[in-house]
Amino acid sequence: MTVTDHIDDTTPAVDPPARGRRRRRRRYTTLSKGDRFWLGVMVGVPAFLHLILVWVPALATTALSFTEWDNLAPLTDIRAVGFQNYWFIFTVFDTNLFPALFNNFILVFWLFFCSAIGMLLAYLLDKNLRGGRVYQSIYYFPVVLSLAVVGFIWKSTMFSRDRGLLNVIWPGEPIDFVGDGTKIFQFDIPFLDFPLGLSRNFAALLIAMAWRHIGYIMVMYLAGLKGVDPALREAASIDGCNEWQSFRNVVFPALKPINVVVAVITVIEALRAYDIIAALNEPRGTEVMGTLVTKSLLGEGGGRVGIGSAYGVVLLLLCLGFIIWYVYNHYRETEQ
Amino acid sequence: MSEQPERSPSPSKVGFALNRRQLIVGGAAAAGGAAFLSACGGDDDTTATTAAPEATTAPEATTAPEATTAPEATTAPATAPPADLGEVTFGSNYSDEKPKAGMAAAVAVSGLDVKINTVDHNSYQENFNTYIQQPDDVMAWFAGYRMRAFASKGVVGDISDVWTGLGDMSEGFKNASTALDGKQYFVPFYFYAWGLHYRKSLFEEKGYAIPVTWDEFLALCEQMKTDGITPLAGANDGRWPQMGMFDMLNMRVNGYDFHVSLMGGKESWTDDRVKEVFAKWAELLPYYQPDANGRTWQDGANVIGDKSAGMFLLGNFITSNFDGATQQDIIDDIDFFLFPEINPEHGQDAIEAPIDGFMMAASPKNADGSKALLGSLGTKEAVEAYIGVDPSVVAANGAADTSGYNSLQQKAAELVGGSKYIAQFLDRDTDPSFAADVVGIGIADFIADPSKIDTILDTIEAQKATYTFE
Repeated sequence: MTVTDHIDDTTPAVDPPARGRRRRRRRYTTLSKGDRFWLGVMVGVPAFLHLILVWVPALATTALSFTEWDNLAPLTDIRAVGFQNYWFIFTVFDTNLFPALFNNFILVFWLFFCSAIGMLLAYLLDKNLRGGRVYQSIYYFPVVLSLAVVGFIWKSTMFSRDRGLLNVIWPGEPIDFVGDGTKIFQFDIPFLDFPLGLSRNFAALLIAMAWRHIGYIMVMYLAGLKGVDPALREAASIDGCNEWQSFRNVVFPALKPINVVVAVITVIEALRAYDIIAALNEPRGTEVMGTLVTKSLLGEGGGRVGIGSAYGVVLLLLCLGFIIWYVYNHYRETEQ
Repeated sequence: MSEQPERSPSPSKVGFALNRRQLIVGGAAAAGGAAFLSACGGDDDTTATTAAPEATTAPEATTAPEATTAPEATTAPATAPPADLGEVTFGSNYSDEKPKAGMAAAVAVSGLDVKINTVDHNSYQENFNTYIQQPDDVMAWFAGYRMRAFASKGVVGDISDVWTGLGDMSEGFKNASTALDGKQYFVPFYFYAWGLHYRKSLFEEKGYAIPVTWDEFLALCEQMKTDGITPLAGANDGRWPQMGMFDMLNMRVNGYDFHVSLMGGKESWTDDRVKEVFAKWAELLPYYQPDANGRTWQDGANVIGDKSAGMFLLGNFITSNFDGATQQDIIDDIDFFLFPEINPEHGQDAIEAPIDGFMMAASPKNADGSKALLGSLGTKEAVEAYIGVDPSVVAANGAADTSGYNSLQQKAAELVGGSKYIAQFLDRDTDPSFAADVVGIGIADFIADPSKIDTILDTIEAQKATYTFE
């Protein structure tokens, strides 16, 4: 900290008198010309790439969302249509948009729940249980698989109505986990003419996603826990903390950097969910924002760039909301 | 994702299962074709150049495909000019080993200097919108709306003059190759048919007769149910297999013209005629295998295989689900019949048969060469050369030799050749996005809960308004 303070300080703490007078009130810096050049390159190149690869497409998508274009005709055929695409997705395609938004929100909550389980597993494994390595490998195993592969595995071996393990074990009538869009619970929304709810097949997908997400988060916390000074825990137990108090008041706060990373990962995973659903051919009731965007943009015979972009902008705004919240909190805490 | 296409498979992706004799012939030809390709210096999946026999550097290789095909294929087709037309580029999605070799053999029939750019079929179709902006001179594509959509945008070329020389194409194929302006933009190559597939032995054993009318059909379903057999196998994973049922019911109830008009966005989905289609469908649903929405067509085919279900409305590719080595008896036992008549006015005059074929770029670099190549690809010699390597398809050209076909292929050739109207399947007959994202969802919702049909049709009609049809 002292070094950074020293560099950042505009009023030099130690002022070498001779140099200070000669170059009038020039800002004091320990950086040489070469350093500044490389600093410029190191900041400039990523900033440039970030701009080109992230913000230019994001702005282009936003611009396209106000147009109608079939992705085929020459660029000159792009027609401005104002807010028509937004009107379409919020009224005509409300049967797609709102269930998708709802599913994404469910996912956020569900994956946070899974993250908590991952943390619990990590906490237990960190206690050097006998065979801990074996458990660790088993929990971590799904993480090496792509979510699309996870989807295929669960669909064919677990959920399949005719051959799946769950239906073989289940004594009653076979359950159609993947195709059945029946709602487990649902509620009416005043401005919609259909209820929103969690469909049975999306719940099945949630389980498959949890299988992978828990292991992922577990490994992150395991790494974090290794970094917690054992002396802290010893001190806590000497002070008479029970297990929960020691975790809640000593270990958990010490894990703060990991918590932030996990929170970011969890929200991003929930908002960008796409591959497992696409791999299972988007059964009814499992739509998420990611599949709506690609369904409109990709495919043969003419895409619907305007509408796909409008879905994309809705997703972008959701992400932006989270990013702004995160950055705001991050800087506020850094300032403190 | 390759296993479960999100749309109905193209004939180039799935074909007929082969009988043993065809397998042997095809295998030998594929080997020959592969040798041919490698001898011509093509890299896998990138570019293979076939040259006119007299220009080639590997004479022993060029004879391979010809030797394995019918002898008459070696005679130059009437349209084939000398090789001085120059190089023609050809964009191909025939990317699997056998189709690739077969296509090389079919192209070689033209005697032209053709540069084949082969792209993996999934990427080819996904990226076709981008590709068509800077296409090769000639390219592989599909008939029906999917061709007409590009024709109306002016990105593919009019080849009506090629059609004058094609000869043995039926009226149905010509209709499927014609855009709204009445000109032809497509040369059909091969196809498969949709129909009610069944096990011949099961029907014999139980004494079932092929139903011709709707009442006979319902009576047969009822009989099967009493006999403890699921009357209709049901699959809808990917939300395309049940589109076939909609197509057949609509063409039987309202006729082909109404179907095309509805697909073209010109009719209302809330029309009573459409409601009548779903009313007829609701009569059938009790005979369906339960929970069709989550089942893949492969799982649906399996219950035909083990005879626990009686009939399955699917394409002829149903046989590709069975292993030619161990389940040959099942493959040989599968037959299909036309969907029964509902409205006597339309009888059984329409069939569903997705067609693969070729189009020409709007402004090809080598226009004469392109038309010569298309003319040659439409001949029986070209398709026979292809079938010599990949016998799992049925030639569109009516004069092509059918002696190598298995019984299902012969049936398909006969039923499609005799049909007045050929539909291409719902996701090929209308805007693909409308088919997948609006109608497909509506059909899945209908199967899950038929009582909601009025709401579903209102939704389809409202969402249809956001599409601009050709």
